[in-house]
Amino acid sequence: METYTAMRHFADSWGLLAMTLFFLGVVLFVFRPGARKIADEAAAIPLKED
Amino acid sequence: MKYTTETIVLAVGAFVALLGAAFAQDRLFEAHMWVLFFVLLASTVFMLRRVSFAPAGGVKPADDPEGYFDEVVKYGVIATVFWGVVGFLVGVVVASQLAFPDLNIEPWFNFGRMRPLHTSAVIFAFGGNALIATSFYVVQRTSRARLFGGNLGWFVFWGYQLFIVMAATGYLLGITQSREYAEPEWYVDLWLTIVWVAYLVAFLGTIIKRKEPHIYVANWFFLSFIVTIAMLHVVNNLAIPVSFLGSKSYSAFSGVQDALTQWWYGHNAVGFFLTAGFLGMMYYFIPKQVNRPVYSYRLSIIHFWALIFMYIWAGPHHLHYTALPDWAQTLGMVFSVMLWMPSWGGMINGLMTLSGAWDKIRTDPIVRMMVMAVAFYGMATFEGPMMSIKAVNSLSHYTDWTIGHVHSGALGWNGLITFGAIYYLVPKLWKRQRLYSIRMVNWHFWLATLGIVVYAAVMWVAGIQQGLMWREYDEQGFLVYSFAETVTAMFPYYVMRAIGGGLFLLGAIIMAYNVTMTILGYERDEAPIPGAQPALQPAE
Repeated sequence: METYTAMRHFADSWGLLAMTLFFLGVVLFVFRPGARKIADEAAAIPLKED
Repeated sequence: MKYTTETIVLAVGAFVALLGAAFAQDRLFEAHMWVLFFVLLASTVFMLRRVSFAPAGGVKPADDPEGYFDEVVKYGVIATVFWGVVGFLVGVVVASQLAFPDLNIEPWFNFGRMRPLHTSAVIFAFGGNALIATSFYVVQRTSRARLFGGNLGWFVFWGYQLFIVMAATGYLLGITQSREYAEPEWYVDLWLTIVWVAYLVAFLGTIIKRKEPHIYVANWFFLSFIVTIAMLHVVNNLAIPVSFLGSKSYSAFSGVQDALTQWWYGHNAVGFFLTAGFLGMMYYFIPKQVNRPVYSYRLSIIHFWALIFMYIWAGPHHLHYTALPDWAQTLGMVFSVMLWMPSWGGMINGLMTLSGAWDKIRTDPIVRMMVMAVAFYGMATFEGPMMSIKAVNSLSHYTDWTIGHVHSGALGWNGLITFGAIYYLVPKLWKRQRLYSIRMVNWHFWLATLGIVVYAAVMWVAGIQQGLMWREYDEQGFLVYSFAETVTAMFPYYVMRAIGGGLFLLGAIIMAYNVTMTILGYERDEAPIPGAQPALQPAE
């Protein structure tokens, strides 16, 4: 198979799947139990000091 | 003796530039090397005059080595204001050149050379300096660590200014590799690569040695901007120079691959330079100015990752109905439309940070400026996906509508959020009670907003009229208008566009005055903004 075709097939199959799963993982991770408290602490970082 | 090595390197650099001029393969390279020689020579002389011959231990450091490295941020703020005024001025000139072609002064100041000067001045000189300065300021404070690398920050700042000078003089001389937003030739590109790697080292090093366990979201945006621009810059500028001492190079790509590479670069420059980097500013300076944490920190994380994953695919929408394969065009369109969601997620997050403090829009012109910036971000990120739809693009592409869209994003979003950040930073950095004048900020706000609205509205009308005139057929299938007729029809719009840009420039000049007076330590005797607290204390 041509390099172009092979890369294109990889991009719209496994590549796409991997990136989608990573993104869904991020979303799930953001909403894991206890994340709200950590997020609130992180949001306060700029206001802590000058 | 301070900066001995740096001074010697500058002198050697000046000599190498002289050699470059002596052995140049073409006249343009020779002229460009003379420019470089005089810039480096002047810098060497300047450094020599500052050399202090006190023994090494006797030199008092200019600023506290334990505290934050703010000197370079101060320089960055001044450079931002300076290049902003220059870039907007060149913009008004090129707008006037379109309306009145007699203003093209050949060969150095005709439209073809002034236009990249304008785009690079506003994007890379104004925007780039704003990003470098604010990222250095934000990363130190949210990491609670001094900028990594000692004098590396100075190298990044001055190296970047040298890049700007070389790029700008190159354009006027007629040196270009004709790649949109990447016009500088190979040797200037190589220099920028070195500076950019130093920038990455300074920024990442600060994050690595941070004392704050969490990496604040603004730093994620800044870091993605630095990393992605490095990748885009290197790939897009892969080229083979004709000669080692010549100004001409040829791209490593050809045909449609070259076009796609250019727009993969071009659109992601918009996505990561003008969006991700400036979102980093938004996520720090809006919470600081309203003294409230960001509305939803978890939304900001999703905003970040969604933007990262989607933006990189949107480039092909610049090549609709070209030789680019159809699937790639559709891919670009689909991802552009999907981008609407994370963009508006971010906009909502920025706006809702004000919840409970909405009165500040009325009482604090700086907050008003930031809110208007986010509103323009929302508008531009709605218009962009819409224009990327093939059917819309068949009307809008190649017309002035695109230019209107770019400017509502660049002037509205990038411009206003930067002005807001500057107005926040200047009193802090120079330890002033307040700005020289809050009322002048108000004037700036209205001049800028009015200027953008005039500009964008005029360009909508101009662009749609242009697109409709180009595609108008009579009943026998002939085009109704010649191209020259569509150009003539644009005249009133071009004049109005120049006026809109002029208003924006006027606002920036007021800012330059206000910032200068604040730095010099003056406070204008003026009535406070109605409703504001008598003494607006910055958040401690």
